[in-house]
Amino acid sequence: MKIHEYQGKDIFKSYGIPIQDGYVIEDINDALPTIEKVQKEFNTKAVVVKAQIHAGGRGKGGGVKYSPSTDIALKNTKEMLGMNLVTHQTGEEGQKVRKVYITQALDIKNEYYCAITLDRSQTKDVFMVSSEGGVEIEKVAEETPEKIIKVWIDPLVGMKSFHAMKLANGLGLTGEAYKTAIKVFIKMYKCYMGTDASIVEINPLVLTETDEIVALDAKFNFDGNAMFRHKDIAELRDTNEEDPTELEASKYDLNYIKLDGNVGCMVNGAGLAMATMDIIKLAGGEPANFLDVGGAASAETVKNGFKIILSDDHVKAILINIFGGIVRCDRVANGVIKAVEELGLKVPVVVRLEGTNAEEAKNILSKSGLDIIPANDMKDAARKVVDAAINN
Amino acid sequence: MSILVNKDSKVVVQGITGSEGTFHATQMIEYGTNIVAGVTPGKGGQTALDSKVPVFNCVEDSIKETGANVSIIFVPPPYAADAIIEASEAGIELVVCITEGVPVHDMVKAKRIIDQNKTKLVGPNCPGIITIDECKLGIMPGFICKKGNIGVLSKSGTLTYEAIGQLVNVGLGQTTAIGIGGDPIIGTTMIDALKLFEEDPETEGVVLIGEIGGQMENDAARWIKDNMSKPVVGFIAGQTAPPGRRMGHAGAIVSGGDDTAEAKMRIMLECGITVCESVADIGDKMKAALQN
Repeated sequence: MKIHEYQGKDIFKSYGIPIQDGYVIEDINDALPTIEKVQKEFNTKAVVVKAQIHAGGRGKGGGVKYSPSTDIALKNTKEMLGMNLVTHQTGEEGQKVRKVYITQALDIKNEYYCAITLDRSQTKDVFMVSSEGGVEIEKVAEETPEKIIKVWIDPLVGMKSFHAMKLANGLGLTGEAYKTAIKVFIKMYKCYMGTDASIVEINPLVLTETDEIVALDAKFNFDGNAMFRHKDIAELRDTNEEDPTELEASKYDLNYIKLDGNVGCMVNGAGLAMATMDIIKLAGGEPANFLDVGGAASAETVKNGFKIILSDDHVKAILINIFGGIVRCDRVANGVIKAVEELGLKVPVVVRLEGTNAEEAKNILSKSGLDIIPANDMKDAARKVVDAAINN
Repeated sequence: MSILVNKDSKVVVQGITGSEGTFHATQMIEYGTNIVAGVTPGKGGQTALDSKVPVFNCVEDSIKETGANVSIIFVPPPYAADAIIEASEAGIELVVCITEGVPVHDMVKAKRIIDQNKTKLVGPNCPGIITIDECKLGIMPGFICKKGNIGVLSKSGTLTYEAIGQLVNVGLGQTTAIGIGGDPIIGTTMIDALKLFEEDPETEGVVLIGEIGGQMENDAARWIKDNMSKPVVGFIAGQTAPPGRRMGHAGAIVSGGDDTAEAKMRIMLECGITVCESVADIGDKMKAALQN
C-alpha cells in the first residue's frame, strides 16, 4: 500500500525526522490563505507547490514547482490542482491531481538519496545511501554502482550507530551535519520497522545552506499483510489512486489486473493465472486481464469474476482455467453454468477443468446447451478461446 | 527414497483445531501421513479429529510425548511467524508453513532464527510437500500424483498440480513434489531443493517452475549448470505480465533487469536447462529429456 508525500511526512514527523514542512489543500479557495500561512509560519517568501499523487517522477512531469512569490505560487497551485499529471510511472493516461501540498522552500547545498528496503537475496533489510540524490537512482545503480553505499541489518540486532556512521561517512558529511545524519538514519530505520514498511525512501534528503539535514520527500510502501496491526496507516489509503475495476475486484477477494487484450481469463492460483495469460499469447491472442480467483472457485466467485472481466468491453471471449484440487470440478462446472445463465452471458466461454471429477464436469458443460466450450488441456483451451475471440 | 519427508515422518499440526487445520489434517491422514500430534495453545489435553490426535499447548510438549520431528503450520498470519520460531526452538527438523499473508518483517526475523537453529522450513504461502504414496504435508490434491522418478519443484501451487498432471499424462510418476512458495522471504530455496533432488538416488529428473520477480531462478540455473547431473526442465510464468505490476504473489514483482520471464528463460537456457516456452509442454519435454 502506498501513501502520499504529505502523509509520509506526517509519519516522519512523528519519528522526529526533520522534514520540509507545509500544508495540503484540496480546494482552490484554500490556496491563498495556505500559501500565506506557509510563508508566515516557516518564515519564507518562496514556497514549493507539489502535486500529491502516488506515482513517482512528479518533478519531471511538472508536478513540483518552485514558486518565488505569492502570485506565482497561486498561479502554480491553480494550474496543478485538478490537472492530469503524466509521469514515467503513471502511463500515458496520467493521474488526476486532487491534492496539492504547499511547502517551505529551502536553500540547498547538497542532495542525497536514502532508502531502506528488503534485500531478498540476503534475506535482510538493506539501508542504501548515495551522494547522487534527486535523480533517477536506477540509473546510478546501473552506471555507477560504487556511488551507492549499503549496509545490511541483522533483524535480531537492529540498526546500530556504526551502520549509520558508515552511511554518513559515505556521503562525505562532516561536523554537525554528520552527527545529525546519523540520528536521522537511525530514526528512519525505526520508522521502517515500526510501520511495517516494505520501502522507506527519501529522495532527496538534503543538506541546507545552514547545515541542516532535511527530508524533501517521503516515499512509503507498506506491507499490506501487516496492516492489521496499523489501523492508523491503513486509513491513509487513497482509493482515488487505484484502478476502479481492480478496487471493485478486491472487494470480492479477487485479484484482478486489467491488460490491453481481448481474451478474458479466470484462473485459480497466481502462477497458473500468469501461465494462462502466457499461453493465450502463444496461441496468437492477447490476454485482457490477470484474474486469480483463489482456492475456492464457487458459483459466487465465478459470477463475480465474470462481472469484473465483462466490465472491460474489449473482451471478446473468456477462458476459465481451474485446476481443481480440493475443490471438485463438477461443482465448478455447475457454478459456471449458473453464473452464465444468471448474467445472460453473450461472449463465448471456454472452460478447462482438471483434477477431481474432471470428466463428469465436461459432460455437465457439454449438456448445458449454453455457449460453453469444454477444453481438454491448456493448449486446447488457449487455441479454442483465441479462435472464439477472433470469430466473435 | 525421496526428499524431506517419507513414511517415517512424525507430524505435528500447529493450528489443528482451526477450520483449515482440521480439514487438511483429515485429508493428510487419509493420504497416509503419520500425524502424531496437534498444537493449539490453551487446548492441551484435548483431542482433535474424532479423538484420533492428541492436542498439546505447545510444540515442545508434543515432541516430548509423541516424538514428532516434522511440523505443518495452519495458524493465522499474525501468529504464523511465531509458530515457525516456536517449532524451530523446540527442535523440529522440518517446518512447513502453509499460511498465506505472513508479514514480511516477521518472516525476516523467523528466517534468521531457523537458519541459526539449522531448521529446514518450506514456505510460507505454499502448497507444501508430498512424497508420493508415503507422506503428504500440505494442501495439494494427493490423488493427482503417481509414484515414479521425477522431482517437481515450484514457486506456485496450482502450477505444481498442472505439472504433475502433465507428467502423469505422459506416463511419468514423481518422487517428491515441493511447492516452496512465492513470498519475498521463504525457507527452502530452489537451490536447497535441487541439492536434495540431486542427492536422491530415485529422482531421475526435475521439473523446475518459477515466475517473474527475484533472482532465485537465476541462482538455481547457475547452480544446475555447475552441479546437477540430472536433466532439468524449466518453465517461468509471467511472460506477458506488464512490468512493475504485482501479480498475486509478492514475489511476482517485475522491477526490471534479470527478473523478467524473458531474462530468466534466457539464463536457464544458457545454463543447459530445457526451457518450456509454453506451460503445456512440461510433460512432453521432461519425457524427451529423459530419453536423451
